Amino acid sequence: METEVKLTKLAQCAGCGAKVGAGTLAKLLADFPTRYDERLIVGFDKSDDASVYVITEDIALVQTVDFFPPIADDPYLFGQIAATNSLSDVYAMGGQPRLALNIMSVTSDMDKEATQEILRGGYEKAYEADTIITGGHTIENPQPLYGLAVSGFVHPKKVLTNSGAHPGDVLILTKPLGVGILTTAFKGEMIQDQNLMNRLYEQMAALNKTARDLMVQYDVHSCTDVTGFGLMGHSFEMAQGSDATIHFQVSDIPFHKEAFEMAEMGMIPAGAYRNRHYAEAGVTADPSIPLAMQDILYDPQTSGGLLIAVNEKDAPKLISQLQDAIPCARIIGYVTEKQENAILLHP
Amino acid sequence: MKTVDARGLSCPEPVIMAKKALASKDSKYEVLVDNVTAKENVTRFASHQGYQVAVTEQGDDYLLTLTK
Repeated sequence: METEVKLTKLAQCAGCGAKVGAGTLAKLLADFPTRYDERLIVGFDKSDDASVYVITEDIALVQTVDFFPPIADDPYLFGQIAATNSLSDVYAMGGQPRLALNIMSVTSDMDKEATQEILRGGYEKAYEADTIITGGHTIENPQPLYGLAVSGFVHPKKVLTNSGAHPGDVLILTKPLGVGILTTAFKGEMIQDQNLMNRLYEQMAALNKTARDLMVQYDVHSCTDVTGFGLMGHSFEMAQGSDATIHFQVSDIPFHKEAFEMAEMGMIPAGAYRNRHYAEAGVTADPSIPLAMQDILYDPQTSGGLLIAVNEKDAPKLISQLQDAIPCARIIGYVTEKQENAILLHP
Repeated sequence: MKTVDARGLSCPEPVIMAKKALASKDSKYEVLVDNVTAKENVTRFASHQGYQVAVTEQGDDYLLTLTK
């Protein structure tokens, strides 16, 4: 259903494009006191997707929170996408989400049905993810927001951080890029193709559950979901955290072809420039790679796919299994010992 | 010469305004913007339309001169 007030018009930035830059966050949090606890095996210092706290030998708690302004005018779709995005951080750690709390703000002029539709989208995705929404908190705000605080579990020895990539690993990406650029173009009415937008919404509302369930069966060393910081920002964190260099074969990276044209037309969200500012110094791009393609690599993704670093011996089996379930999954690069730069973009 | 004042606007509005102005197919335009995103996006758009873009900083604003 469409509400009378266009939801995306109430959003200052679309989806994960609203995320504050990675560099800004690190500076903000640098001086605060935190307690040391040996059970906290992944905390903020690792700039990872979620925190991980060991409870027993076999069980660790995974916690994460995520929310953003409307990415779609349809409140039900917005709810689905926001919930999918929130749940993704648990999958990216190799975990299984179990419990969640709604985080929501509504504007004073939003009707009750729209609010209910956002929540319906969230509950349906949580159900699909075997996760129970146990409550939440809603306030009034000039801009609508929705997301989940999610708790899940993982075996403490099977946690997949974004800093565990080994030289020799093969990199896999499970969803195509270009979502930020295309939603910006749609907002600017430079794209009218509703079928394209429906494909994007469907992609954003697709849980990373299947990708997670398949990857944990193989020798995966590192994983992160590609969201607000774009492929370059998130892989820059992976390269730095793993003390390695990441190589991408840019022609193998899946992206929506319409995003290329829209990047040339200047439909690039502010987040892409923040991501470029954050990671650019660590990236060496082959001069033959067009600027529009580079913009796509920095483009903030809402509810993006998983970036998986897998042992090269397991890569053929994993990609073949992934592609049976997720046809757009691709091998996009590999990891080497640390070189001068964190990321190398090959044509 | 036509001038487009897109200060105070965020992505994608400055590009939309520039696109409307460029429909007159003149050989020279000026576009005023006040943020890096708008500066970069209008530059990409105008270059793609075959214009040379020169950027001058004016205090907190950017003046983009588009010539063909």
